[in-house]
Amino acid sequence: MTSEQGSTNDMRDGTPPTAGSAPRRTPLDAVHRRLGATIAPFAGWDMPLRYGSEREEHLAVRQRAGLFDLSHMGEITLTGPGAGAALDHALVGYLSALAVGRARYTMLCAEDGGILDDLIVYRTGDEEFLVVANAANAERVLAELRSRVAGYATELRDDRDAYALVAVQGPAAAGILGRLTDAPLAGLRYYACLSGTVAGVPALIARTGYTGEDGFELFVPPGDAERLWDALTDAGADDGLVPAGLSCRDTLRLEAGMPLYGHELTDATTPFDAGLGRVVRFDKGTGDVRFVGREALARAAEAAAGTPGRALVGLVAEGRRVPRAGYRVTTPDGTVVGEVTSGAPSPTLGRPIAMAYVDAEHGEPGTEVAVDIRGGLEPHRVVALPFYQRPR
Amino acid sequence: MSTPDNLRYSKEHEWLSATVDGVATVGITEHAANALGDVVFVDLPQVGATVSAGEVCGELESTKSVSELYSPVSGEITEINQDVVDAPALVNSGPYESGWLFKVRVSEEPTDLLGADEYDAFTQS
Repeated sequence: MTSEQGSTNDMRDGTPPTAGSAPRRTPLDAVHRRLGATIAPFAGWDMPLRYGSEREEHLAVRQRAGLFDLSHMGEITLTGPGAGAALDHALVGYLSALAVGRARYTMLCAEDGGILDDLIVYRTGDEEFLVVANAANAERVLAELRSRVAGYATELRDDRDAYALVAVQGPAAAGILGRLTDAPLAGLRYYACLSGTVAGVPALIARTGYTGEDGFELFVPPGDAERLWDALTDAGADDGLVPAGLSCRDTLRLEAGMPLYGHELTDATTPFDAGLGRVVRFDKGTGDVRFVGREALARAAEAAAGTPGRALVGLVAEGRRVPRAGYRVTTPDGTVVGEVTSGAPSPTLGRPIAMAYVDAEHGEPGTEVAVDIRGGLEPHRVVALPFYQRPR
Repeated sequence: MSTPDNLRYSKEHEWLSATVDGVATVGITEHAANALGDVVFVDLPQVGATVSAGEVCGELESTKSVSELYSPVSGEITEINQDVVDAPALVNSGPYESGWLFKVRVSEEPTDLLGADEYDAFTQS
């Protein structure tokens, strides 16, 4: 038996780690090894892929709760009276309008409109923002932001080593976390954050995640990460909380229709290509803020409003073969109409699913298409994204 | 994990049972099953098909990857494990028992397979 596609290939990140350099280890590395995790290099880090069955971890997050180490993510802090204006210029979103204690999904685009990374920005104070970048892109986000905010009344701090990031995700997450903190979680909305203490550990508590479930992300000092992990493990034991790896994180986000950089998002796609044009705020400020990529993105917006070329859609397999990133999408008789960007067996749907870019005329829900799976045309049906939405 | 002493192993991570009345059983090793993660689909040769030692005869899909299945022996397929086709997770839960893949009427006994100790040394190197 030989593997055609290595376990990490399907989570390619666009920027391979520097050749020859040893993978970095998170502050929770020893914990993962004690738990017997399958560890693989990812974006320059040794990360836990799974602790046992990734399918069981996936279902635990959907039905109970999962505990993730996301310390590979890249944090950058901006402070100062001009921090909001600097981010309005550097990113496509309208960050100066973000209320303190709220978070926003946004993007860093190149001058030509291509996506350099997708980000979450938390406004942690009047004059303080926390930018969270994908691990694989953290270096270039840092470099781009540094150069873009020069001249603004803001200071930029590389905080990649200042935090461990632990996420507790799933319907039981709020109950579990509530046992360890006095912070008013009930009043904390989705995409909001507050400073508090969890199990005696100072934390930025954010109601964000990448799983399609309710949940929290906790930014904590690295030296406290293990204490926090152990406390959450104990507090969640009766609720069926399990440690969960990056493998299930990928299938969770795929079911939730959330794009992944290097797959649905690349420097050759604009936010409009990905159906995420809403993140581009031409109306920021007085509507004339000169932000990087503005002209190209305005053209992309116009093109998208006219005749859309390609659409990002969901595919559900009729059979059991799994469509994988890079496989061609065709009409039932084999004419190529698109390409799969992410694909996996869906534990929730019980059949393989994928996201794919397809020619818009074949992108209507219900359209029958095929995916060329190693030479065989396997029938699939186009569906609206997301595949899964949590009951509210 | 313990590698059964009564089986022989290929470097492609398949196991082969002793031949009884001309027929031997094939599966993948626990090492391979662990490396794959949850197996979600198995594609096996048809009963009556001829397989050749060292050649591709099927595939296994897991959450993150697809892998080709090699036959460790030459011969004719006499039976496939329909339970594992219906419930591929059996490959993970019992790779040496309920997760067996197919049976072969052996046309030629292989000479290049590894014993359990040799296979363990191979996977740990």
